[in-house]
Amino acid sequence: MISIQGVVTGSYIIAIVLFILALGGLSNQETARRGNWYGIIGMAIALVATVIGFVKPETYPILLAALVIGASIGLFAAHRIQMTQMPELVAVLHSLVGIAAVAVGYANFMGHGGQLSGIELTIHDIETYIGVLIGAVTFSGSVIAFGKLSGRIGGTPLTLPGRHWLNLGLLIAVFWFGYQFVLGSAAGAGMLPLLIMTAIALLFGIHMVMAIGGADMPVVVSMLNSYSGWAAAAVGFMLGNDLLIVTGALVGSSGAILSYIMCRAMNRKFLSVIAGGFGTGGGTSAAASGEQEGEIEAIDSQETADLLNNAKEVMIIPGYGMAVAQAQHVVNEITKVLRGKGINVRFGIHPVAGRMPGHMNVLLAEAKVPYDIVYELDEINDDFPNIDVSVVIGANDIVNPSAQTDLDGPIGGMPVLECWKGETTIVLKRSMATGYAGVQNPLFFKDNTRMLFGDAKDTLDAVFKAL
Amino acid sequence: MKISVPKEIYAGEKRVATTPEVAAQLIKMGFELTVETNAGAEANFSDADYVAAGCSIAAVDEVWDSADIIMKVRGPDDVETARLKTGQTLISFLWPAQNPELLQELTDRGVTAIAMDSIPRISRAQKMDALSSMANIAGYRAIVEAAQHFGRFFTGQITAAGKVPPAKVLVIGAGVAGLAAIGAANSMGAIVRSFDTRPEVKEQIESMNAEFLMLDFEDEDGSGAGGYAKVMSDEFIKAEMALFAEQAKEVDIIITTALIPGRPAPRLITAEMVESMKAGSVVVDLAAEQGGNCELTQAGKVISHNGVTLIGYTDLPSRMAAQSSQLYASNLRHLLTELTPEKDGQIVVDMEDEVIRGATICKDKQTTWPPPAPKLSAAPPKQAEPEATPVVVEKGKLSIAGPIIGAVMGGLALLGLGAVAPADFMAHFTVFVLACFVGYMVIWNVSAALHTPLMSVTNAISSIIIIGALLQISSDNEMVMWIATGTVLLASINIFGGFAVTRRMLEMFRR
Repeated sequence: MISIQGVVTGSYIIAIVLFILALGGLSNQETARRGNWYGIIGMAIALVATVIGFVKPETYPILLAALVIGASIGLFAAHRIQMTQMPELVAVLHSLVGIAAVAVGYANFMGHGGQLSGIELTIHDIETYIGVLIGAVTFSGSVIAFGKLSGRIGGTPLTLPGRHWLNLGLLIAVFWFGYQFVLGSAAGAGMLPLLIMTAIALLFGIHMVMAIGGADMPVVVSMLNSYSGWAAAAVGFMLGNDLLIVTGALVGSSGAILSYIMCRAMNRKFLSVIAGGFGTGGGTSAAASGEQEGEIEAIDSQETADLLNNAKEVMIIPGYGMAVAQAQHVVNEITKVLRGKGINVRFGIHPVAGRMPGHMNVLLAEAKVPYDIVYELDEINDDFPNIDVSVVIGANDIVNPSAQTDLDGPIGGMPVLECWKGETTIVLKRSMATGYAGVQNPLFFKDNTRMLFGDAKDTLDAVFKAL
Repeated sequence: MKISVPKEIYAGEKRVATTPEVAAQLIKMGFELTVETNAGAEANFSDADYVAAGCSIAAVDEVWDSADIIMKVRGPDDVETARLKTGQTLISFLWPAQNPELLQELTDRGVTAIAMDSIPRISRAQKMDALSSMANIAGYRAIVEAAQHFGRFFTGQITAAGKVPPAKVLVIGAGVAGLAAIGAANSMGAIVRSFDTRPEVKEQIESMNAEFLMLDFEDEDGSGAGGYAKVMSDEFIKAEMALFAEQAKEVDIIITTALIPGRPAPRLITAEMVESMKAGSVVVDLAAEQGGNCELTQAGKVISHNGVTLIGYTDLPSRMAAQSSQLYASNLRHLLTELTPEKDGQIVVDMEDEVIRGATICKDKQTTWPPPAPKLSAAPPKQAEPEATPVVVEKGKLSIAGPIIGAVMGGLALLGLGAVAPADFMAHFTVFVLACFVGYMVIWNVSAALHTPLMSVTNAISSIIIIGALLQISSDNEMVMWIATGTVLLASINIFGGFAVTRRMLEMFRR
């Protein structure tokens, strides 16, 4: 007789290796697709092994039904989603992991009555408690992030008076109820503290993401990604399942590193992002816009086309505005025409352009812009003095020179694309409004900057025709 | 309102205050334009061109009498001043500092006079800065004149008939004119050097591919208000003169553009320096009108001294009349745009506006010159550099203390945990910590372009939490079973959705 348990553990090891390979593969363009397949295979192996190993055959129909319904919804959403809505989709998916962790925690608490005792029970209760806590925070935080990303909730951070004290108070309450829960659980009860803590955790998640400004959304999304991993790991501890622990830790640490990379790209401390309040749009912007005065020079699409035609080196800097206007396809058409004329067109991508890490790359890839002409900030920033025309499409803070001059400002010290060092910069914008950080942009007033007002897609269509 | 453009009557002045192209734009702004017969003839704009643009052509008396606004290049002479009436607005170069009598006369006549030379040098006003436009042309033309009188190539050549060394050009004063001269000389192939008392222009000079001559002298910043140079100390001037004396022996062409606002031009090139130059060399003195940077130049003339040609033309922009008229007319048009906020052809001299206030020298029989000091300098003083250092120091401090404290705390916490936790937990914990490090190592080098797919794939993978639900779905407790089923449903949305959307994204990445 084969040991089912041993086979399952073996399958888990295979799945773990495949997951690591998947993450490793995703770090490079060439191996990324293979990496995704590793992930799919790993997941399939883990699922099949668990089902065979632990699920009673009489539960198969209901399991199958749940899987099929879930799969249909998931596949439908994945195929229908607009690439510009990717951040929202990712946020929603994170919330699912969060709610799943909460549900598993509750089910586990209800299902395991009286098998453990003493210190083991205490540890197990703490694990359960932490799993539910992280899951609930992930869930409510992701829902709020979804609301903010899809514009259902305003992007300005909600800064309650004494919010740090409020957070501290919630944290202390969580500890206290945790203590009550462990005590109660030992006595065979404990459901009430768990429920109250879940409510507190949900509130905490809402409050945390509400306090974070729109400009920090990429960090928040990857941070929630990290949380969903930690939630899975906590559930793994609770169930004593190494596969969950390893996978959760992989996802958790990779999400944390992504958040860290994002923060570094914005030259901001991780803690201050989490603490929130960035991009207030209130006091700072009023002060900044007050001292900024100057002339802007507007041009039309015909002149833009002429400038582009006469250039040798063109740099395109896309921002969130391109995503909003769905202008990536016409950008690609323009790129093709210009490259056909022997003009060297490149793209400069700021790490926090858009509302999600790598947002711009995804959009450009969707429009089939060849990825070897798409460069990162570090690769391209020194080239700007040689650039004839930079086209800034719906970006603001990432090309703001005041990040270098006004070090005390809200975006002070953040690396920015130094397009003003080129010959001419054309800025496509809907209006003179400030960016997400609420800072006025001196770039618009520079002598070598021309403003092209209007919806990015409409104006670029006109430019394309003029070309 | 009616704008009149009289013909310039100053001897040798070929420029005209508007071109047919600009006239058409002014008419669009709601003005009526009258141009004096043959006003643009010397700059190659015929009366027919003006008529075609919508202007009317008139004789001199009518031009002056019917006007609300008179646009000129040179300031009015006595005859022209006598024609001005109360309520008329005059826009031209006026040089109020040098011509106090003219200023007084204009004030007494009740004329609103706007001096193009007094437009403040702030960023916003650059498009109206006629001095810069004219200086640009003068700098270019200075090289053209020098080339005409210099009996050699500018560019070095190696020909079958022998080797020709490149000409060496020294440009003193790297303002607008100086930079234009550097550019022109460079494009003709000469070796260009330049000197300026303002250290911040070093970068500009180098950006034009010229060599910046350093003066071995302790820091003295020659930048005055509004981006102009100021008067330097005696020691500085001595050091400067030594540098010029040395350079004079070496270079073939000297272009001097040194001017300090409201003062006679500084004497930079002495007679001895000129005499030390090679025969056939050329000096072009752009400051000739203000007395000359070179001791020997004579304003408006070309003379030869000891084999060196000294060019003292004061009308360099006028020698390129078509170009300078066009730029000057554009400057005027920008100024008029500022003056007519309603775009209805009615000018409003708004004394609250910094630019208009600065340029208006008299209004309503009141002299309003000189204006209050400008608020902004064109070139802001050095900034941001000192602030960079403390950040580095702070980082250095952190990197020592932080990890040590962190490591000690972490280690103690682990030891404490190990003392009480069951062995089973510690085994899981080992796995957990190792997995964190693997995740860290694997992710660290991810390229930014793949952040989104990476996130969606890790998201899909994190729905491995479904395993937890699978372990519970066979529970006897009905409640637990239904919760687990719901969890499986939710997690499977995530699994399939996450992988599918990742695949979709990755399909799009292609070379």
